[in-house]
This record gives sequence, structure tokens and C-alpha cells, in this order.
Amino acid sequence: MSTLEPKDELLTHLPALRAFALSLTRNRATADDMMQDTVLKAWTNMDKYKAGTNMRAWLFTILRNNFYSSRRKLNREVADVDNIFSDTLSVKPDHDGRLQMTDFKQAFDKLPDEQREALILVGASGFSYEEAGEMCGVATGTIKSRVNRGRIKLTELLRLDDDEALELTDRATMAVVGNFGGPSK
Amino acid sequence: MTSNDDQKSAKIAKYIDENLKQVFSDLERDELPDRITDLLSVLRAQDDAKKDEK
Repeated sequence: MSTLEPKDELLTHLPALRAFALSLTRNRATADDMMQDTVLKAWTNMDKYKAGTNMRAWLFTILRNNFYSSRRKLNREVADVDNIFSDTLSVKPDHDGRLQMTDFKQAFDKLPDEQREALILVGASGFSYEEAGEMCGVATGTIKSRVNRGRIKLTELLRLDDDEALELTDRATMAVVGNFGGPSK
Repeated sequence: MTSNDDQKSAKIAKYIDENLKQVFSDLERDELPDRITDLLSVLRAQDDAKKDEK
């Protein structure tokens, strides 16, 4: 990756940038606008990109700043939303009783922008709390609290703290989570 | 009790993160819009034209 010219490297981040734009805006038209602005800004300001730093973080930062400033300009907290999460369902959910992806996506869709953003950056994209805080221009603790609040909200919406629901998710999670000592019946 | 609760919330957090990764990778497979690929072609062409001027 590091051997690529910055403008070539930019191309490698476009699918992730697109995913970030879609998950933040929840609207294809808005995501396209944000992405177009971001690509244009990044390309024409490539001299401002510090080689060796995280280009993905730089691109995501441009995009989210764009998004929040246009949201402020339009003075609306509630965006037009289309069904981007369910539209992009490419994997058929299992039918073994585990909670289905569609349920998860619908619940995720209901979170406030800031919580959705924090969860995507930390939970899905692998940024640290510190990196996510820098990208969002807030303290690390603020990101932690957004992630926590997002998780709590998802837990409520999906009733994950019901013992029954948790057992249903066991088969899905056990493979990843590994060695829990307690017996699960 | 506390340890059970910790296990439970760790399990829930893990479950949520796995789903988030799945959502994100589904979205990553979304095709790039034409206007973005068109924009990139224009930007490339502009760069090439600038190089030729020099």
C-alpha cells in the first residue's frame, strides 16, 4: 500500500468510503453528493495529505465534516432516509433461530447519526477510540460514550439482554467469542 | 453475578460488532456510482493535461 502514489491509494479506499457515506447518510443521493465532494477535495488537496498517515481516516474525516456542515446548513436533524441497509443485503440470513441481519439493520438505522458514526468507525472499521475522536473532532471519552449508548440502544431494540434472545444468538456468536466458562443450555 | 453480567455484555458487544462488520462489508460491495468514476476520469485527464503543459 505504501508504495502506491497517494492518488492511486485513494482509489483503494473508495469502497470503504462509499460504505461509510451510505451508513452515515442512509440515503443514496446524499451519499453520492458527499462522496463526490470528498473525492474532489481530496484529489485537489492531495498536497495537504501527510504521507504515511492513515489516508482512510483522512478521507472519512473530509466526508463526515462535509455531511455535518451540510446538515447544519439545511438546519435539519432528520435526514431523508431510504432503505440502503436492507437494499444491500447480500447474504441470506441463517434460519437457525438467530436474530436476522435485517432486524439488525433496521435497528441500526434508528440510531442517531453520531452513534451510528461512532459504531461504524470503532466497531466496523477498526479505528481506535482515539482515532475516531480525532476524526470527529471530539474527546476520546465522547466517542466511547457514543459507542456505549449506541450499543445499549441496539441491545434494547433487539432485546439482546433477554436471556432467551441471548441464547438464540449463542450459536452465531460462540464461534467468534470463544471460551465462555458458563454452561449454555 | 457481576462476572456473569460482564460475560453477557461482552457477548452482546461482540455480537453487535460482528453485525456491524457485516453491514459495512455489504455496503462496501455496493457499486461505485457512475458520477464518481466519471469524476475520477476527469481529474486524471486534468492531471495529464497539466503534466503535458510542463
